[in-house]
Amino acid sequence: MHELSIAMGIVAIAEKEAKKANVAEIKAIDLEIGTLSGVEIESLNFAWPMAVANSVLEKAEKRIHLIKAKAKCMDCGFDYNIENLFDTCPKCGSYFKDIYQGKEMRVKSLEV
Amino acid sequence: MCTTCGCGVADDIKIQMPGDLATMVSDLNIEAHHDHTHSHHHHHDDRTIIDVEQDILQANQLLAERNRGYFLGKNIFAINLVSSPGSGKTTLLEKTLADNKDKKKFYVVEGDQQTMNDADRIDALHIPVVQINTGKACHLDSDMVNQAVIKLNPEPDSIVMIENVGNLVCPSAFDLGENARVVIVSTTEGDDKPIKYPDMFAGSDVCIINKIDLLPYLNFDVEKAKAYARQVNPNLIFFEVSATTGEGMNEWYEWLLSKK
Ligand SMILES: Nc1nc2c(ncn2[C@@H]2O[C@H](COP(=O)(O)OP(=O)(O)O)[C@@H](O)[C@H]2O)c(=O)[nH]1
Ligand SMILES: [Mg+2]
Ligand SMILES: [Zn+2]
Ligand SMILES: [Zn+2]
Ligand SMILES: [Zn+2]
Repeated sequence: MHELSIAMGIVAIAEKEAKKANVAEIKAIDLEIGTLSGVEIESLNFAWPMAVANSVLEKAEKRIHLIKAKAKCMDCGFDYNIENLFDTCPKCGSYFKDIYQGKEMRVKSLEV
Repeated sequence: MCTTCGCGVADDIKIQMPGDLATMVSDLNIEAHHDHTHSHHHHHDDRTIIDVEQDILQANQLLAERNRGYFLGKNIFAINLVSSPGSGKTTLLEKTLADNKDKKKFYVVEGDQQTMNDADRIDALHIPVVQINTGKACHLDSDMVNQAVIKLNPEPDSIVMIENVGNLVCPSAFDLGENARVVIVSTTEGDDKPIKYPDMFAGSDVCIINKIDLLPYLNFDVEKAKAYARQVNPNLIFFEVSATTGEGMNEWYEWLLSKK
């Protein structure tokens, strides 16, 4: 996916928050990334140094909290963990599902 | 760099009509939104935590919703056409425009990393078109589309067709404010594309299977491709077409024109 864009988006959010809080440097950043968000953690890690260079995040510790994807079967109502978008309901085999968790791409908090 | 497609920072984007001087997006740089976040601070020892809880693509999402509101206000139907390079997006557009331009007013936004070639192909049909050259970026975003649409200034009750950059991965994350996303897969690709690139199929409304004129020479299994796509998105609407011979195109036109 688009990890450099993602990293730049994170930097933009952090810069704005840092300005509001009137701080020049962020010590740590907590990110929430869903396992079905499409974000490759390895690619994000790879893009990170380039994105944060000369920003408030340059020295920040990056903490990624993975959020496991979960779906509710729209046919039988069964609640299950999902690893791929094409997974079927383990109970009734249906493809109809509401993925209610696991698509997150969020800046949770900043430590300053 | 974006390791999927090797794209870099979007610093050399051009938006232009055939015959125009280019406008650089980076000069315009719209401040897309004001801030809605309510940050809370709390203190532990010598640390201060700022709760942000903000979606990383929020800026794109907000401007996409603004585009959607613009389309709604003008009763415009906008589609976002996505596929791998070479699946036939521009050919499908050309055929669709040539066969329907007397029934409906059309506008086109073309997205490619480089060249005005696709815009020139649309311009040859006397359809208003804006080319976005994304430079190193591998997808359109809502800001680029916003500027292209302002440049087109489409009439009310028209259809705006947006051809995204050929890429089945990155464009899936960027809402442009379209009313429907149409993904094209052609018979010269594998019939397992839908499960290899599930995000794109999960987020689309319509799946067009193109180049069916070539089926006799290939071992692409249409039913298998559809079954794979339904596994990812059971609500997909399918059209099987050949953009070059015109086979199957009428059903697609019916759908497209019924949206207005
Ligand atoms: N045989 C055949 N070729 C097609 C069809 N649609 C497109 N093509 C060819 O596929 C190539 C790429 O098409 P183009 O529209 O430029 O693809 P794009 O990159 O998705 O815009 C061109 O050589 C087209 O002539 C089709 O339905 N049948
Ligand atoms: Mg094209
Ligand atoms: Zn990219
Ligand atoms: Zn079930
Ligand atoms: Zn990419």
